[in-house]
Formats: sequence, structure tokens, C-alpha cells
Amino acid sequence: MTSGGAGTTIQVLEGSETGFATTKFDALLNWARKYSLFQYPFITACCAMEFMAMASPRFDMARFGAEAPRFSPRQSDLLWVVGTISQRQAPALKRIYEQMADPKYVFAFGTCASCGGFYDNYTTLAGIDKVIPVDVYVPGCPPRPEAVIDGLLLLQDKIARGDRTPAIVKPRRDPTVQAGNLVRLGKKSTAT
Amino acid sequence: MSKRVLEILKSRFGADIYETHSQFGDDTAVVNPEKWLEIAKFLRDDPQCAMNMFVDLTAVDWLGRQTPRFEVVLHLHSFERNHRIRLKARIGDDDANGVEIDSLVSVWIGANWFERECFDMFGVHFKGHPDLRRILMYPEFVGYPLRKDYPADKIQPLVELRNVPDKLPPFGLDEGMPFGRQTHDYPRGEETN
Ligand code: SF4
Repeated sequence: MTSGGAGTTIQVLEGSETGFATTKFDALLNWARKYSLFQYPFITACCAMEFMAMASPRFDMARFGAEAPRFSPRQSDLLWVVGTISQRQAPALKRIYEQMADPKYVFAFGTCASCGGFYDNYTTLAGIDKVIPVDVYVPGCPPRPEAVIDGLLLLQDKIARGDRTPAIVKPRRDPTVQAGNLVRLGKKSTAT
Repeated sequence: MSKRVLEILKSRFGADIYETHSQFGDDTAVVNPEKWLEIAKFLRDDPQCAMNMFVDLTAVDWLGRQTPRFEVVLHLHSFERNHRIRLKARIGDDDANGVEIDSLVSVWIGANWFERECFDMFGVHFKGHPDLRRILMYPEFVGYPLRKDYPADKIQPLVELRNVPDKLPPFGLDEGMPFGRQTHDYPRGEETN
């Protein structure tokens, strides 16, 4: 399925009695897809806490149409990989991904799922993208629910555009810029 | 308080207790690995010791620092007498030959999984263990990851890793840990480490 393109417009023609709209079929399909993400949570580690916060009413990801978790990969189209994936689990993850029906999207939740995090050792898979393709990476250990919501919106945006290249959630404030604004405490004491 | 246990051990086993020390409230005896099972049984059954709780069993690899290379470390506690003791036995040469010691499953049944883990991580063979196989790593894993001569960056993937010739944005070649080694075995473009 190819993309609807960035310039897709929906026109409502005036003067018609019943009212109708024209659009591209792909754009309509992608619009429908992005608001009906059936998720398969593949949750293995501490990030699960933040996933629970995400799914609970305070942050409420049901607002974005990602409401019903399906505990069968065959019924779902969004795979949440939440937590550390060990080498031993990698075949299971791959198999689950393969069982999902197209269109399928993968969400790497947290640093561990994105690149292995601080587990640089014999047992941890250094990022799930070593095994399956990933659509959205959300860094953070664990990411705040706001960052995950950013990621979800990013994914919806990508789905609407038909874009399958990986994307990453950027920090709201750039830490390097912030570091420049820090007050240097040592400087003041030497001056006096 | 537990020094008394050391005294009992020394008087009972004599030269088979190689050395003892009590530091920071931990009382330790380094014992003859041949007598490992016998000493364990004694510690459990002797009414003055009554070590009825198996706490922990692990190993330490002293490669290049100590000639019996592995040290099997056992922690015991007595609920009855409220004392605890640590036993060590040194086994194996530098090439990891003869890394074997008696299993304590017949003394404390709780030793079972600890010994399996110790076997999995350090390759210590416990003689007489009912089911000595890997417990954490997968059966296909070759070698023992916590030995000092296991390469720190060696991974043994079970599934073939995807070969993405150029890392897709947002990641570049320096992806991963900024402070870590960048020498994993999977293909990274033309970089060969
Ligand atoms: S990214 Fe951090 S919080 Fe999430 S699974 Fe890894 S270690 Fe746990």
C-alpha cells in the first residue's frame, strides 16, 4: 500500500443535498488505521510500570484510538515492545512479529527496547531492531508517559502519511541547550 | 558469635580447614574441596552448629590472581542457634580443568537451583547433582559467561540479526551506550572490530 502523500486534501463540495467528500482511498484507509490501533503488549521489564501508567485513566491512551489490547498477535496491529529483551527471548519476539497480520507497526518503548540500554552484555539483545523492524523509538529509562504519547502521535502521523521509516521521539527540551544555561557555582566563589 | 562454629570445625576437621578468618562480622572457613560434602553434612547435623538454612551458593573466578582458580562460596544460617557461616573451597586450575565439587542437594534441597546457576555461569560441575543443566542461559549457549576469560562483548544470538547495511535514521554507527564498548560481533557495515 503506497502513501497518500503529504498534499492530500479532503474537499467537501457545496451545493449537494446529501453532502459528500472526496479523498484518496489510501488516505481514508490510513485515517481509519491510525485511530484503530489494536495493540499487542510484549512487556518484559521495569518499563511495564510506565506502560501501566500510560494505559490507566490519568494518561489514557484510549483517547488515541489505541484502546483494546489483544493478547493474540493475529488480532493486533501495533506491537509494543516494553522492556529489556534478552537473547533468549528474541526468537519469541520475532515469531510474534511474524504472526501479526499486515499492516503491522512496532513501538520500541524505552531505552532497553530501542538499543539495549545499559545492558551491554552476553545476555541482552542490543535493541529490538536487531531482530524486527521498528517504527517508533521512545527513549527514556523509563520514558515518561508524555513521551510515549508523543510517540503514539508520531506513529499516527506516520501511519497517516504512509511513512515506514523509523522515527524517534525528541526530548521536549534539548539537554545540551539546557546545560549551557546552568549557573556555574564555582565561578562566583572564586570572584569574591 | 559464629566464631564458635569455626572452632568446632577446626577441632573436628583439623587440617582440612585450610584457613579461617572473621572480618566485618562474617566468619569464613576455607576448606578442603574433597571434604565439601562431609563438612556440609556435619554442619547441618551437629547440634552445636545446626545449620538448617541454606542461604546462598555461588562462585568467584580469580583467573590470573590465584592458582586454584575458582572459589565456590557457600553461606549457611542456623535458625536454631542464630549464627551464620561462610564456607569456601578452591578448585580448578588456570585452564579450568577439574572444576568440580560435590553437590549439596542431598544435604539441603534448596541448593539445587543455586548449583545449576553456578554451573551455568561458571561451569562448576557439581558431582551428584540430580539435574545439572543450564538454568538462565539457553541450552545452545557455548561457554560460561561469568568466567573471566569469556569475552565481555561476545554475544550468541539465537536468531539471525537483521543486517541493515546503513543504520537507518535516527541511529548512526555510534548507537548504543556512549560509555560502552562498540565491539559487538554483529555486522556493522564495513567496520570490523
Ligand atoms: S529502559 Fe530502563 S525502565 Fe525500561 S526496561 Fe530498560 S532498564 Fe527498565
